[in-house]
Amino acid sequence: MQETVIQAGRSEKYYWQDLWRFKELLLILALRDITVKYKQTFVGIAWAVFRPVLTVSVFVFAFDKVAKIENKSAIPLQIIIFTGVIFWNFFAMSFQQVSNSITGNANLVSKVYFPRLLMPLSSVAVPLLDFLVGFAVMIPFLIYKGYPPTFHILFVPFFLILSFLASFSLGVIFASLNVQYRDFQQIVPLIVQYGFFVCPIAYPIASIQELSWYPIYQWINPLAGIIEGFRWCLIPNYHYFQWDTIIPSVVFVTITTILSVVFFRKKENSFVDFI
Amino acid sequence: MTVIEAENISKRYIIDHIKGNAKGNTLREIVTDNIKNLFTKKVSEEISHEDFWALKDVSFKIEQGDRVGIIGSNGAGKSTLLKVLSRITEPTLGKINIKGRVASLLEVGTGFHPELSGRENIFLNGAILGMKRQDIKNQFDAIVDFAGVEQFLDTPVKRYSSGMYVRLGFAISAHLEPEILIVDEVLAVGDADFQRKCLGKMKDASTSGRTILFVSHNLTAVQGLCNKGMFMKKGQLIEMGETNQVLATYLSHVQKTALESWWLTPEEAPGNDRVRLKSIKLLPQFLDGQKHIDVRTKFKIQIEFWNMLEGANLNLSLHLNSLTGECIFNIGTTSKTFDKGIVTAECEIPDNYLNDGSYSISFMVVKDTSSVVFNFEEALIFEIEDYREGTSWYGKWPGYVRPKIDFHISQLELESVS
Repeated sequence: MQETVIQAGRSEKYYWQDLWRFKELLLILALRDITVKYKQTFVGIAWAVFRPVLTVSVFVFAFDKVAKIENKSAIPLQIIIFTGVIFWNFFAMSFQQVSNSITGNANLVSKVYFPRLLMPLSSVAVPLLDFLVGFAVMIPFLIYKGYPPTFHILFVPFFLILSFLASFSLGVIFASLNVQYRDFQQIVPLIVQYGFFVCPIAYPIASIQELSWYPIYQWINPLAGIIEGFRWCLIPNYHYFQWDTIIPSVVFVTITTILSVVFFRKKENSFVDFI
Repeated sequence: MTVIEAENISKRYIIDHIKGNAKGNTLREIVTDNIKNLFTKKVSEEISHEDFWALKDVSFKIEQGDRVGIIGSNGAGKSTLLKVLSRITEPTLGKINIKGRVASLLEVGTGFHPELSGRENIFLNGAILGMKRQDIKNQFDAIVDFAGVEQFLDTPVKRYSSGMYVRLGFAISAHLEPEILIVDEVLAVGDADFQRKCLGKMKDASTSGRTILFVSHNLTAVQGLCNKGMFMKKGQLIEMGETNQVLATYLSHVQKTALESWWLTPEEAPGNDRVRLKSIKLLPQFLDGQKHIDVRTKFKIQIEFWNMLEGANLNLSLHLNSLTGECIFNIGTTSKTFDKGIVTAECEIPDNYLNDGSYSISFMVVKDTSSVVFNFEEALIFEIEDYREGTSWYGKWPGYVRPKIDFHISQLELESVS
């Protein structure tokens, strides 16, 4: 028979056991988000295809055809943008969903017990699905443009996980803070909007690499390394990425993930009092 | 076997009181307050924090198979206690040992998503409440049957009537099969039929060895289902014990300040083997915005009692007494023949009749207009408040009665007195 002890500050011991015990709930919440998102839509999951295609078309129009951004790399801007957009959509959407996962599920927080970490974890499901669909559309496009992917593509999961950890850790911190101070949900769209321009998504990293402050940029913006790594997986002969450029990103992401989970756990028990 | 053992459970919330120039505790306000403090020399304690103890030193033991009814006024701490037991919120102090799985029904339809169909919501809600997918599949038909929503399984839940919603929500929880089931006032919604079904299901659950904790304001339900009661008031456990005993304590606490006294069963009501008092009520006819009876208020006195005498000629004789024991008046009903059952009597005290003060009502049930069957002394105590108009004197108005009698005064003649 299961024995539980409830006491102030005592939830540590059971937490990780409970996370495993509730693993089915993780799936159910993810399924719920996916089903709800595409229910009652006529086009359904095809939206996951339209979105990236539309975004890429618009950005190619704006940056390539109109603004005529100087493309210092050998690769066509369209490919730079497509790969960047697929990646960025995943990161941005994950970040937004995770940061909103606690306040968005307020009714669950105040009425049911389960380890709260399940909520941010499950909220990544929809962005992940969108990513997979967009990815599936991108591959034929790359082949059509004459850049068929090599075996490097097998490294995609690695960079995907890095991106997930980055968006998750940042999102979890925001989610925890947002419960008490709702200001944070206002900051999220700003980060997403400006992050898009700060990261080399609509322009190649070659354009920054020759600038004198590039080494500092690498350390401040860990995402740049991850995006470039992602591009390396997909585009053959992509020499703008070396494996040592990824080290700052990995270090940064690992530290933030651990810190964010610790922070979340500390704040978790008071969510119900502020929500 | 003791399934729940709680020792000195306390839960504190901190309430902020904002005084002076401090604005509050959202991020913006905290930042601006701190910046302001940088520039002024005053360091004032502008936000005071008050400790609010929602639960204080609550200790109890619950055995396996117990059906415990938790009762108390609103704000007594019942829901907070359930939240602590359900691990939704942590206690500030104290420790609880629980043996067995706990399933809590604190709200019907927790996690229901309006866009999803009934079928999808059953799996969602079941998983949220801790059921394994296989268990839900096994119980699926039983759940649908209990809720009676078979026809609407594939319609989005946002289209359900509130009754269907509640039935479905409860149906899922009812098939949870945990060792300990915690239910919080969910019977407040739903029609009588539904409530009966729910209580029946909970009773079944307990006969199969499960323990139930049940919070409700429906005292008849508590009486019907529970073998033990817990009476909570202002965060403390006042009494725990056999249901009827705890109910009686609760009722006596509640009615000291109410305008009515009533008893649920003849056994616990005052009286003898021939008559038992069921209820005595003051029904005031308040003017707009009035909350208390004052000298202008007209009110009815309504008395109900259980009569165990077959075919007896009974009448009621009522005394209105001052608190010092003086009888103000004595009125009686006519004598009629009554059978066994409940008898009711009513009279109306006019407005602008009695003076302000405290009164008590005693009454007798009389047989054949001469022999007293039972004398209910001080069956109800009430107060009539003062009201003044047209005078600037505010001393205690003398007398037991304060009727509104026209008393004329006018000038008759001028200057004839030397």
